[in-house]
Amino acid sequence: MKGPLATAAVILVGMYVVLKFVLPLFTAPLPASLIYLYLALTLSAILIFYTISGESLNAFMGPITRFLTGEGQVGMARTARMLVLILFPLLVGWQTYTRLVPSDQPPVENRTIHPAPPGEFVGLSNPYPKTPENIAVGKGLYAAFCSPCHGANFDGKGPASVGFNPPPANFRDPGTIAQLQESYLFWRIKKGGVGLPVEAMPWRSAMPRWEFELSDEWIWKIIMGEYDGAGQSPRTWEEEE
Amino acid sequence: MPSGRGSLILGLVIVVGALFVLSAVAMAQSGAEKAMSVEYRDIPGLGSRNIIWVIAQQHLLLAGFVLGVPIFAWVCELVGWKTKDPRYDKLAKEFTKLLTSAYATTALFGGILLFLLIGFYPKLMAYLTDIFFPSFIVYCILFLLETATLYLYWYGWDAMQGNKKGFHLVLGFLLNIFAFFIMIVPNAWATFQASPVVIAEGTAIEKAWAATWNPTWWPVNIHRLIANVVLGGFICGAYAGIRYLLAGSREEREHYDWMGYVGNFIGVFGMLPLPFAGYWLMREIYQYNQQMGITLMGGFLAWLFILQAMLIGVLFLGANYYFWMGITHRIPGAEHQYRKPILAMLIVLMVCLGVWMTPHSLVASLEEARKMGGTHHPLLGVFGVMSAKMTVSNLMILVTFMSFIMYWRAGKQETATWARLAKAVMGALLILAGIAVIILGVWGYFVPAIIRINYFSVAQVLIVLFIMLTFTPLTALLMKSAKTTAEMIWGQMPVRAGYCLVSNAVMVILLMSLMGYARSSSRVHWHIYGVMRDTSEYAYSPALGYAAAFMSLNTFVFCLLVAFIFWVATMGDKGKHEPGKPISRSEPVDVPGGMAPAMAGGAPRVHER
Repeated sequence: MKGPLATAAVILVGMYVVLKFVLPLFTAPLPASLIYLYLALTLSAILIFYTISGESLNAFMGPITRFLTGEGQVGMARTARMLVLILFPLLVGWQTYTRLVPSDQPPVENRTIHPAPPGEFVGLSNPYPKTPENIAVGKGLYAAFCSPCHGANFDGKGPASVGFNPPPANFRDPGTIAQLQESYLFWRIKKGGVGLPVEAMPWRSAMPRWEFELSDEWIWKIIMGEYDGAGQSPRTWEEEE
Repeated sequence: MPSGRGSLILGLVIVVGALFVLSAVAMAQSGAEKAMSVEYRDIPGLGSRNIIWVIAQQHLLLAGFVLGVPIFAWVCELVGWKTKDPRYDKLAKEFTKLLTSAYATTALFGGILLFLLIGFYPKLMAYLTDIFFPSFIVYCILFLLETATLYLYWYGWDAMQGNKKGFHLVLGFLLNIFAFFIMIVPNAWATFQASPVVIAEGTAIEKAWAATWNPTWWPVNIHRLIANVVLGGFICGAYAGIRYLLAGSREEREHYDWMGYVGNFIGVFGMLPLPFAGYWLMREIYQYNQQMGITLMGGFLAWLFILQAMLIGVLFLGANYYFWMGITHRIPGAEHQYRKPILAMLIVLMVCLGVWMTPHSLVASLEEARKMGGTHHPLLGVFGVMSAKMTVSNLMILVTFMSFIMYWRAGKQETATWARLAKAVMGALLILAGIAVIILGVWGYFVPAIIRINYFSVAQVLIVLFIMLTFTPLTALLMKSAKTTAEMIWGQMPVRAGYCLVSNAVMVILLMSLMGYARSSSRVHWHIYGVMRDTSEYAYSPALGYAAAFMSLNTFVFCLLVAFIFWVATMGDKGKHEPGKPISRSEPVDVPGGMAPAMAGGAPRVHER
C-alpha cells in the first residue's frame, strides 16, 4: 500500500503507539486527554500538508473519494468497502456509548492546582532575613513537620506519600514552588487543604492546617528551608543583591 | 456613497447625544444624589451583566476594526503615493470604504453601551464620572475631530489626488492620531477598574490624570493597538476571501486574491509582535497584584490560556497555510521546490503548538493521575510553565516570518554577486537564533523566576526581533536585483484559500472575545479592584462553559454584523468599476524593489500573461 493516504495512516497509528505504549516504558503513562490532543495535532498537520497543492490534494483525497463512491470496486474490494461502511459507524457508536454510559468512576478532573490566595495573604514578604542560621532552623522544622510527606529530599517522596492521591508536591519540580511567591506558600502551609477557596474544588488536598501547631515565625523559616533545600528560588519582582 | 454619509451623520448624532448625557450626569448634582440611592437595575430573564457583555464586546470588536483599519489603509496609500502604483491607492480606498461603513455602527454600539451602563450601574458610573469627567470631555472632542477628519478623508479621496495628495495623506495621518487617542482614553477607564490609582487630594484634572496613568494602562494600550491592526487585517482578508469566492470574473478574482494576500500579510505582521505585548501585559498585571495574576495564569482562568494557545495556534497555522498555498498555486512549478521546507516548517509549528497547548495540570481521571503521580506529568509537565510557552511562541513567530520570506523569494533568482554569502549568513543566523531561543528556554527552568522574566524572555524576544529586522532589509536588497523565474499569477488560489482567510478572521474575533473575558473576569467580585465591590446578584464569575458559550455568541453576532455592514457598503458597487476594479491588464506597472513588492505579494510588477 503506497500513497499519501497510507503514509498518513501509518503516521497516525505510529503516533498513537508511541504515545500510548512506547512512552510509558520510560516515564509515566499519558492521560487520554493529552494523547487525543497530540493525535488531533498530527491529523491537522497531515491534512494541512496534503491540501497545500492541488496535486497532493488529489493524491490524498483520490482513494477516499473512490472508496466512498465505490467506483470500479469488485470482488474483495467491494466486500471490504461494505464491511468498513458497516463497522465504522458501529465503532463510533460503541465509542460514544462507552463515553456516555453511567459508571462508578469519578469524572475526569481539571482541578485548579494554584488558586488565587485570599487578599490578606497577598503582598506579604518574609520578615526574617535569609541567613544560614534561619535556613538551618527552617530545614530542621521541615524535617520534623513536612518531610514525612514531602520527603527529606524535597521531592514529594516522603514515607507517608504513598498513602496520598494526589501525592504531595515535589518542590524540586520547577513547576511548583519556583512559580510562586513566598506569601503563597505561607498561605498554603497556614491554612492547609481545608483553607482552599471555591475555585480549587474538589479540594483534594490532604495538607494539614498548620496554623494551630506552627507559629508564623516557624512557617516563614520552613519556607526559607524549603526553597534552599529544593534548590529553587521564590518568584519575586526584585532581583536579589 | 449615501450609506456612508448617513452613517457618519448618525455617528455625529450619537456623539452629541452622548455628550449631552454625560454633561447631564456630571452637572445635575441633585439628580446624581438621587441616582446614588439606586445601585443596580436589571432586566429580569436577560440579566444586566449578559446584556452588557454582548454590547461591550460588539463595541470593542467594532472599535478594534475601526481603529486598526486606518493604520494600514494610510500605509497602503503612502506606499501607493511613493511607488506611484495606483493599486495601493485603490486598495487603501477600499479599506477605507469598509471603515466608514463600520464607523457609525461602532458609535451606535458605544452609545447603547453608555446608556445601558448608566441605567444598569448608576452607582459605578457616578463614581467613574466623578473620577474621569475631564477625560470624558477630551474624549468627546476627540470623537468630533475623528469624525470630521474621517469625513474629509473619505469624501475627499478622489478630489485630493495629484498635487493635493500630500494634504490627503496628512488627513490620514491625523485620522490615525485621533484614533489612537480615542483608543487610549477609554482604555484608561477600563484599566482603572482593574488597577485603580485613586488620590485623595488634588484637582479634578489631577485626580483624572492619576487614575488614567494606572499600572496596566500602557500595556493595554500597546496590546490593543497591535491587536486592532491584526483584527483589521484579518477581517479585510476575510472580506476579500468572500469576495474572491463570489467573484464572477477573472479580473475580480485577481483583485480579491491580491487583497486577500495583503489582508493576511497585515494580520500576520501585526500578529508577530502581539505575543510580546501580551506577555508584557500579563507581567504588569502579575506584578501589580499577585492575586489577580494567579487568578489569570494559575487559577480558574488559567484554562482560558490553553484555549488561547489553541486559537493562536490555529491562527498561525492558517496564516502559514495561506502563504504556502500562495507559493504552490500562484507560482507555477514552485510546489516541488518548496515541498520539503514547507514540511519542515509545518513540523516545527506543530511541535511548538503541542508544547504550547500542553497544560501544566493535565486533565486526568483519578486512575491516570495516580499513575502519573499527580496531575503534573513527570516528563511532559515541564511544558506547562512559561519558560516552555515563551520558547515555542518565539519559535512559531520565527517560522511564520520565514514562511513570509520564502514566499517573497519564491519564483525569483538572485543575481547579486553577494547573494550566496548573504543566504549563507541568513541561514546560519536563523539556526543560531533558533538554538539560542531553545537554550534560553531550557535554562529558564534553572534560574529564579525574576531572572527568566527580566532577562531570558526579553533576550528571546530580542533575538527574534533581530532576525526580523536584519532579514527583511537584506531580503529586500536581494530581491531588488533578482530576476523573476516564474511569474506570479493572481486569481489561481483554490476555494479553500478563501475559507482559510475567513477562518483566520473568526479565530481573531474568538481570541479577542476570550481574552476580553479573561481580563474582565480577573477583577472577580470587584467593579473597581479593591475600591468598589460588586454587590449585585451577579457578583460571581460565570462558569467557563457558560462564558465559552457567550464568547461564541459574541463572535457569531459580530460576524453577522460585519457581514451586514459590508453587504450594505458594497451594494452600490454593483455595476460600477470603482473601487474594486483592478487595473486594466493592458497597464502593467513597474514597481521598484524593496518592501512594497513584498506587501504586494512578492510580484515585482503586475504581470501580463
